Amino acid sequence: MKSEVKARPASRGRRLGAFVFLSPGVTYLIVLMLVPLALVLSNTVFQRGRFGGVVYEFTTENFERLIDPLYLGVVGVSLKLATLTTLIALLIGYPTAYLIAQLPPKWKTVALVAIVLPFWTNFIIRVYAWIILLSGPGVINSLLGTDLELLYKQGTIVTGLLYSYLPLMVLPLYSAIERLDPQLREASANLGASAFTTFRKVTLPLTVPGVMTGCLFVFVPSFGNFVIPEILGGSKSIMVGNLIRDQFLKARDWPFGSALALALIAVLIVLLLVQARVTRRA
Amino acid sequence: MRRSKLLYVPFWATYVFLYLPIVVLVVMSFNSGKSAYTYEGFSLKWYGELVNDERVRDGLVNTLIVATGSTVIATVLGTLLAVGLARHTRSKTLDAIALMPAVLPDLVVAIGLLLFYGLIQLTLGLYSVILAHGLFSMAFVAAVVRTRLTNSDTSLEEASRDLGAGPVTTFMKITLPQLTPGIVAGALLAFTLSLDEFVIAFFTIGNSDQTLPIVIYSMIRFGVTPKINALAAILLLVSFTAVIAGQRMTKIGERRAQD
Repeated sequence: MKSEVKARPASRGRRLGAFVFLSPGVTYLIVLMLVPLALVLSNTVFQRGRFGGVVYEFTTENFERLIDPLYLGVVGVSLKLATLTTLIALLIGYPTAYLIAQLPPKWKTVALVAIVLPFWTNFIIRVYAWIILLSGPGVINSLLGTDLELLYKQGTIVTGLLYSYLPLMVLPLYSAIERLDPQLREASANLGASAFTTFRKVTLPLTVPGVMTGCLFVFVPSFGNFVIPEILGGSKSIMVGNLIRDQFLKARDWPFGSALALALIAVLIVLLLVQARVTRRA
Repeated sequence: MRRSKLLYVPFWATYVFLYLPIVVLVVMSFNSGKSAYTYEGFSLKWYGELVNDERVRDGLVNTLIVATGSTVIATVLGTLLAVGLARHTRSKTLDAIALMPAVLPDLVVAIGLLLFYGLIQLTLGLYSVILAHGLFSMAFVAAVVRTRLTNSDTSLEEASRDLGAGPVTTFMKITLPQLTPGIVAGALLAFTLSLDEFVIAFFTIGNSDQTLPIVIYSMIRFGVTPKINALAAILLLVSFTAVIAGQRMTKIGERRAQD
């Protein structure tokens, strides 16, 4: 009896509430995200207009161009540079996160804030700082008294990507390591395992989800980036991001640009699926 | 636990790597010479030139307009969305869609919006950027507010409903006051994200206006000068102060909540 009285107005209120609270945000998401995404996807099967824009006639040409070695090569370079960035970030990020997790609470906060602080400053400026350091007459060359060409190389792009996204590796690693029960490591040590064995058999397997998250956080923005390759890598279209940007703003070939964007999303979806798999198993 | 001294090498390498470029940039901004690279002595003249630079001033004003507009949109819609998702539906799909703008690569969001604005023949300008920034900021606000909602006690809201209050009254009198710290945090996040955002603004702003990141971008492409160093140093100072102040505020907030 009691529950009946309560249930009726609550469920009617719930439906009204759902509408009142959800409809503005959902409308916004549909109009400014789902419709634009649908446009990107549908564009991939249409032809480019003579002066830019889209002609709505079916074609598979955009996908044929996608597997042209020229463009596949660009995708390959992007994969290579993003992977390299992710690996280096993991190699220096893991020990850093590990040490931060062992610090006394007060220093822990300081160390963490110091990791994210550069991340909260303007992205363009962080990239720009590397020009001052690396360029021909730049600071590193003048300090060393050398005349090395340090800019406009693939390694420079990796440096820029690493600098921009390293905090995104350290933070998830830190929270994964922090959550570990220290007793597990003590038990392993008491049973005679060396520090390295404990790390390999206890710490690392238990922090795999954090490793995956960190790698994804670094890889995703690195893979599609066009600003860093442009500022630090010279003006060539060396990564997918540059290529997409150029199709939209220079060549004005929107359908092919959309097809490239679709390839970018496809790579990311594959990665997300792999991550979901590994995390579930861990 | 024993830990190898070797661990300290990557640890310190990380911090040197993160701060060396920033330190060099700030030092070079006080250069009295014309070069952005070779230090010739202390001077504040580049800061003076910056104040008189009209493009930088306009860029700053535009950036603030965009950040304010998009923060208002994102905070209102994001908060409503978070409450709706946490209290009025169990749809996982809706949950995922609400997070998408934060997860999608910015370049994909940018070209999608460019295509959409082209389709509806909207003339690009500051408002098209405000709408775009509102989109991903809303996702962040919704996520931040949602975390607070999931961790909060629902008994007060249930009591309010049992006493006959409708969903809107319950929201205004019970949920909203409890959520205020989360909403403020979400709004600050939205504002900062918009200040920094480059890629989406670059695609959706058109030719007439520029935000500060776009101004800096085009200045860099013209060549590096101590003036850009000075601008960079000021922006670094502003964001460092904001982050540290935010950190302090959350700490004080936590302490108060504990008392």
